[in-house]
Amino acid sequence: MTIAFTVNGVAQRVDAPETTTLLDVLRNRLGLMGTRYGCGLEQCGSCMVLVDGQPVHSCTREIGTVAKRAVTTVEGLGTADKPHPIQQAFLDEQAGQCGYCLSGIVMSTKALLDRNPNPSRADIVAALDKHLCRCGTHQRILRAVERAAATLRGAA
Amino acid sequence: MNAPVLPTSLVENPRLDRWIAFLPDRTVRIATGKVEIGQGVVTAIGQIAADELDVPLDRIVVLSGDTDAGPDEMYTTSSLSIEVSGGSVRLVCAEVRAKAIERAALRLNCSPGDLSIEGGRFVQNGAATGQDYWSVAAEIDLSQDVTGTAPVKPASSYTVVGQSVPRADLPAKLSGAAFVHDVLPPDVLHARMLRQPSRGATLTALDETAIRRAAKGELQIVREANFVAFVSPDESVAQAAAVAAERYATWSNVRPIAPAEQEATWLKDQPAEDRHIGAPRPTSPPKNLARITVSRPYVAHASLAPSCALVQYRDGHLTVRSHGQGMHPLRKNLAAALNLPIEAITAQHLHGAGCYGHNGADDAALDAALVALRVPGRWIRLQWRREEEFAFEPVGPAMLVTLHVDLDDKGRPTDWTTEIWSATHVQRPGSGSGYLLATEAFADPPPEVKPTDPPEARGGGGTRNAVPIYDVQAHRILHHLVLRPPVRTSALRGLGALPNVYAIEMLMDELAAKAGEDPVAYRLSILSEKRARRIVELVAERANWKARGAGGSGRGLGLAMARYKNRAAYAAVVASVTVQETVKVDRVWCVADAGLVVNPDGARNQLEGGIIQAVSWTLKEQVRLDAQGIASRDWDSYPILRFSEVPEMDVAFVDAAGNPPLGVGECTVGPTAAAIGNAVAHALGVRIHDMPLTRERVMAALLKT
Ligand code: FES
Ligand code: FES
Repeated sequence: MTIAFTVNGVAQRVDAPETTTLLDVLRNRLGLMGTRYGCGLEQCGSCMVLVDGQPVHSCTREIGTVAKRAVTTVEGLGTADKPHPIQQAFLDEQAGQCGYCLSGIVMSTKALLDRNPNPSRADIVAALDKHLCRCGTHQRILRAVERAAATLRGAA
Repeated sequence: MNAPVLPTSLVENPRLDRWIAFLPDRTVRIATGKVEIGQGVVTAIGQIAADELDVPLDRIVVLSGDTDAGPDEMYTTSSLSIEVSGGSVRLVCAEVRAKAIERAALRLNCSPGDLSIEGGRFVQNGAATGQDYWSVAAEIDLSQDVTGTAPVKPASSYTVVGQSVPRADLPAKLSGAAFVHDVLPPDVLHARMLRQPSRGATLTALDETAIRRAAKGELQIVREANFVAFVSPDESVAQAAAVAAERYATWSNVRPIAPAEQEATWLKDQPAEDRHIGAPRPTSPPKNLARITVSRPYVAHASLAPSCALVQYRDGHLTVRSHGQGMHPLRKNLAAALNLPIEAITAQHLHGAGCYGHNGADDAALDAALVALRVPGRWIRLQWRREEEFAFEPVGPAMLVTLHVDLDDKGRPTDWTTEIWSATHVQRPGSGSGYLLATEAFADPPPEVKPTDPPEARGGGGTRNAVPIYDVQAHRILHHLVLRPPVRTSALRGLGALPNVYAIEMLMDELAAKAGEDPVAYRLSILSEKRARRIVELVAERANWKARGAGGSGRGLGLAMARYKNRAAYAAVVASVTVQETVKVDRVWCVADAGLVVNPDGARNQLEGGIIQAVSWTLKEQVRLDAQGIASRDWDSYPILRFSEVPEMDVAFVDAAGNPPLGVGECTVGPTAAAIGNAVAHALGVRIHDMPLTRERVMAALLKT
């Protein structure tokens, strides 16, 4: 069936079985490789995207359920040359080792800061607890989210 | 004059042009055989080159892990990259710099001593000369071998080394495609595997019709002996086929495994190769014997991304893109497994998720190559399934360590025996001890090899860090290399260092208690190595050790230290814990001495990562077995430390820039585990010897009090 939705503000029409995962569509049909596969079981958070602003595991989300909705991926924030303030904060804190977990974490951060511009440490931990980082970059990531929040508050 | 001793990498890759090239876009390409695995090595090597050449860092491009254009430096392991590859790049750059100055002096009709280099340009008496590296590059003969005789700069003159430089690879990773997993050439075919459950297992039936029905799409099944792969232009079809195949495959001759084999205690009665290293057996009976036994179970690397490889076989040439830890060894191993000449293979490194040792990366490359040879002309992107990575990657071996220590009348150790039971810590293919996994599925698999452990000269495997850093008159190791563990084992960050340091440092606290002394004071009384003393004193100060107080309150503070491999970086760690039913590590202080630190922030990042990973191993991790092999095949059954559980951290390097650089990736893991063990003992008044320190073990320990 044909499913119409937007990705990073751009209208997309995808012809796919409605049980196809959003992750599969993003990567293999739309070529958006910043959303990553880690487990396919909603256990690691590598695949996190926003659907209508809410963080969603794209590895299990069926494409049929995003019809008419707005999907945001890490590519919708900024680029390597022109990073979004959240991405810039991660760079400023050098919050990454292998970096595989980061794009998903950035998306959860985006959802958090959109809803709560001044989160406490505990709020941030709660928002990121569904994400795994095997390299142990957690403390830098927490600092990066605080820094991003401060930048975005300053800019608002 | 004697010829200088060159690092192995230079002995094996002596030609200058294997390492360095001046490119027309006014950059310098530095090649290294070491690869980026999240540790920032590429950035650090660039810093070393920038300093030695006097070229701005942004003019240096580092090519890493390329069998066509770069040097063979084996695997990226053992925290050796900065020492070995960085040391080689330094010598190469010094030599090229000297040659370039010589050429420029000829052109300028002056003596080489009149010239200096600023930002890649030659300067005479502070004035520009119009000459730079690129203008003379064509006249420098880079096909010559390195001699190692050009003087390197003194460390005091470094301007780039020693500075915190941001990692060049992070922007891409934060914004889009960045990993081998993310490369999709046009026309790529996706592949997934059905794995042979164990060596020797035979596929007696495979219901291909049922698999095709489940896969719902265009599917090619590549099947040869016990190797089965599913190939499709649609990734989800290949994935669905592989998942279904588990149900529709019948295997015989699967190795039976009993769940009890998952425990370290199982190792004790198994056939083993026994070695005695160090002092002869004591001649007199012990006077005052202290002993401790600790254990660690099998631990997974548990990379966040399942292994992946991209391979194409075209016109008789195999091109391999892989996130393995060494492209030259991979090429050799593939050539042997596939019966191809080595020149017919190019292997190039692309980034993967952190691996922390030998995981499924190389095996996935062979899987993909086997498919590519049967589907020539097309790129094959083969990715392991999550459960496949957990179930079939080699795991860090379980270990059991017993210390028997005889004490003098002041409670100081005089005679020390370390007895170790462990399977091998290295089954990297090509090491003589292991092979690429899919070769076992061939019709005529290579003969089973007798496992070996890395020799002591390379830091040992099970025996890594078994020799205490403390002053002891006689020390010996009895090493039992268990020959047939239930699962494939191989290198995991730190190898045997973690359990060995856990044993030594837990015992230190017990001996201090016996002697009625403070654990720090006791350690210092038998520690003459100055650099080690210094970090113990510093970390105790930072953690306010003096205020530690009596234990037993449910809150504890513990300390531990080690020098990794007894020859790499030193780390001293204090952990503060709260123990209710479970252990929570609240804060970790770490002071490390890594000699000259090339990229301080990057190195701190590695210390922090090592600490958090070791907290996770120590508190939570154990690979579970059932009759089918590894049973912990997802993140629910193999939990790791989460954001809500990570400690606060305070990590610092001592200023030791006068000493050569030492790798830091692994130095924290043993001290962190042992500091936690000691902190828990301080909190509870009773010691937990077996890792992980789970709720069940805490409850059992509490019953003892
Ligand atoms: S890939 Fe979706 S949660 Fe792991
Ligand atoms: S940085 Fe490697 S998993 Fe988070």
